[in-house]
Amino acid sequence: MNPSPVIEVCGLAKEFTIHAQGGLRIPVFSGLSLAVSAGECVALHGPSGCGKSTLLRALYANYQADSGRILIQHRGGLVDMVAAEPRVVLAVRRHTLGYVSQFLRVIPRIAALDVVAEPAVRNGIARDQARERAAALLARLRIPQRLWHLPPATFSGGEQQRVNIARGFILDYPALLLDEPTAALDVDNRDTVAQLIEEAKARGTALVGIFHDQALRERVSDRVFDLESARTIV
Amino acid sequence: MIATLADDPANGATNGDIPLLQVRDLGHSYGSRIGCRDITFDLYPSEVLGIVGESGSGKTTLLSCLSGRLPLSQGTIHYDTRTQGLVDLAALSEAQRRLLTRTDWGIVHQSPRDGLRMAVSAGANIGERLMAVGARHYGQIRDTARDWLQRVEIQPDRIDDLPSTFSGGMQQRLQIARNLVTGPRLMFMDEPTGGLDVSVQARLLDLLRGLVDDMNLSVVLVTHDLAVARLLAHRLMVMQGGVVVESGLTDQVLDDPHHPYTQLLVSSVLQV
Ligand SMILES: Nc1ncnc2c1ncn2[C@@H]1O[C@H](COP(=O)(O)OP(=O)(O)OP(=O)(O)O)[C@@H](O)[C@H]1O
Ligand SMILES: Nc1ncnc2c1ncn2[C@@H]1O[C@H](COP(=O)(O)OP(=O)(O)OP(=O)(O)O)[C@@H](O)[C@H]1O
Ligand SMILES: [Mg+2]
Ligand SMILES: [Mg+2]
Repeated sequence: MNPSPVIEVCGLAKEFTIHAQGGLRIPVFSGLSLAVSAGECVALHGPSGCGKSTLLRALYANYQADSGRILIQHRGGLVDMVAAEPRVVLAVRRHTLGYVSQFLRVIPRIAALDVVAEPAVRNGIARDQARERAAALLARLRIPQRLWHLPPATFSGGEQQRVNIARGFILDYPALLLDEPTAALDVDNRDTVAQLIEEAKARGTALVGIFHDQALRERVSDRVFDLESARTIV
Repeated sequence: MIATLADDPANGATNGDIPLLQVRDLGHSYGSRIGCRDITFDLYPSEVLGIVGESGSGKTTLLSCLSGRLPLSQGTIHYDTRTQGLVDLAALSEAQRRLLTRTDWGIVHQSPRDGLRMAVSAGANIGERLMAVGARHYGQIRDTARDWLQRVEIQPDRIDDLPSTFSGGMQQRLQIARNLVTGPRLMFMDEPTGGLDVSVQARLLDLLRGLVDDMNLSVVLVTHDLAVARLLAHRLMVMQGGVVVESGLTDQVLDDPHHPYTQLLVSSVLQV
């Protein structure tokens, strides 16, 4: 596969400033560097509040890093997610970088099947075909067929999480970010998620994930990235 | 070297690499009172730009300047026309500007009464825009009007009814149909869901989301509702006191706000 990393983070720093609390500063990390190659899965590790989700969100440009670079291989070029214009970031998210957030953000009135199919449709795949893929994923993740045509707002936590996972795996993204994808799932569904991750790796997807479940972490990750030792608070 | 989209048009998050609208240092003053000032941004094809901010922060003033309804006291607006490419809007004749407004642009007002002709039928409201761009065949105009009523979820058999017999949500959808019938490239919307019930709002938002996607519309959307902004806008500008205090990717501005005013705005709503 491609020898140069799919995701390369150099000297990344992030702190929050809370103005309502007199400009309180919350430094999360600085000088953070990390490279992830095609077909590799890196597990972020560290105690609660150490910045795992913050790093994942920064990689997705959902949080704005203060300095450093996040280079993503996107369609034959490199995009720096820290400096890229919004429409470039959106293009990277559409084609290259997937993200399974910890909680599903429901879109009012949209059926689960279409919530899952949406990223594929936005990528130019015909709606029927996208729905077929979505149905196959929902079936694999054991979402009862009677729920497919309902908006997920009323689904249980675990059902919503599985809809979210299906949405993240509907496309074969070259890079994928996972924030505790199995937190609310039973053993069978955890196993399905592990299989989905293994299949993505086999296709060459570069993955960064947060896995509280140790068995899952050991099964899918090639490397553990410890944020506690990696960050250098100045 | 870091490639950007500008190097490869095929990468587009959007259709093109030439902005549809280029706004530089725009400002408008009402006498000595500043409506808005120092506004600079580019809007690309198929991009939805949300403008949020407190009451009196200059959102409507900015929208009125952009859509040619208020003169600029400061700055420039360039627009990428279909025929002549990029033009300075200030250099257009009144007739050229009117043509642009009728063909390329649409304006959805907060109050449907400002955007509809209340004295003529729903069908005539839609047909009028078509006739303004040269449609003459009565049967075809009627068919198109019926088709558009359907697209905005209004029973086509209401075609001969006056807008005043419609509910607020239906009037708003009619206003949208009237604007979209000529296939505009750029829409200006001022609080399109304001004053509607929550369930009616959700339906209208659905409709707008679909139409914006299907028609590759560029939109400048003024809203005070951050949930609406999150659902529809790719990018946000946050205004306070007539100036833009923060701008960027919608989810970044809402989830990681930097400016004190944006933090206040985001924290004062339950969950968006
Ligand atoms: N949007 C935000 N605004 C302000 N502070 C934030 C924000 N997001 C995260 N933080 C802070 O950044 C720090 C890291 O939080 P983060 O959620 O990344 O931790 P985590 O490692 O994912 O923890 P957990 O294992 O509990 O999920 C915390 O102090 C948190 O309060
Ligand atoms: N016609 C006018 N004459 C004088 N001042 C005006 C006029 N219209 C607006 N202003 C002033 O310009 C400023 C910006 O007003 P604008 O209507 O653009 O605010 P807005 O952000 O749209 O507010 P809202 O959310 O309440 O609609 C305000 O201070 C307002 O009082
Ligand atoms: Mg976390
Ligand atoms: Mg206003």
